[in-house]
Amino acid sequence: MQPFNKKDSKNMVLKNYESVIILTPVLAEKQMQEAIASFRQLITEQGGNIVREENWGLTKLAYPIAKKSTGFYHIFEFQAPGTIVAKLELAYRRDEQVLRYLTIALDKHAVLYNERRSKGEFNKPKVIKEVTI
Amino acid sequence: MSKVKKSSAQDDSFIFNNSPLQFKKKYCRFKKSGIKYIDFKNADFLMKFVNDQGKLLPRRLTGTSLKYQRKVAEAVKRARHLAILPFIGDQLK
Repeated sequence: MQPFNKKDSKNMVLKNYESVIILTPVLAEKQMQEAIASFRQLITEQGGNIVREENWGLTKLAYPIAKKSTGFYHIFEFQAPGTIVAKLELAYRRDEQVLRYLTIALDKHAVLYNERRSKGEFNKPKVIKEVTI
Repeated sequence: MSKVKKSSAQDDSFIFNNSPLQFKKKYCRFKKSGIKYIDFKNADFLMKFVNDQGKLLPRRLTGTSLKYQRKVAEAVKRARHLAILPFIGDQLK
């Protein structure tokens, strides 16, 4: 894979992305961290800077994927040029440990939301006022 | 009080989940409370927009405006892909 060229990065617009991966539950804690570290390295190599990460640990899936009923969820939020997405998703597809992935571009409301969410503002019940349907 | 519409007792009550005697105007909860982004990672919140089979509820029942219904649908579909919500369920609620 081509190393990211710093010279090109000046012309590129950075966008906000969020990438969720589900890793297979058969991994040991250390293997999982290694897999995540390799993706983290890929993002920074390709000119992205990671804004925040979130690890849900071993989580139950709503339906079985590849005969597994649990998985490790990990969420990257990063700023990067658009060229990163194809490379990152190629790396996900090549890696057998990744059960599922989803990369989305975030709009300004989403960035704001994730910022507030990381501060734990939404854990208080009063923020989202609910109405019974 | 004369302006309050009277519904025919039984038929609407299950939709409005309300007193069968009068309509309550439905409203878009996102517009009212100023929610601009619907998070696909929040399963508990998205569960309010699907029925007990896991199907999306129509705007007719939830009162959501079209703008936010599209966002709800997108968020639910993303959550399904990531196994946060099921594609099909049985007695989810």
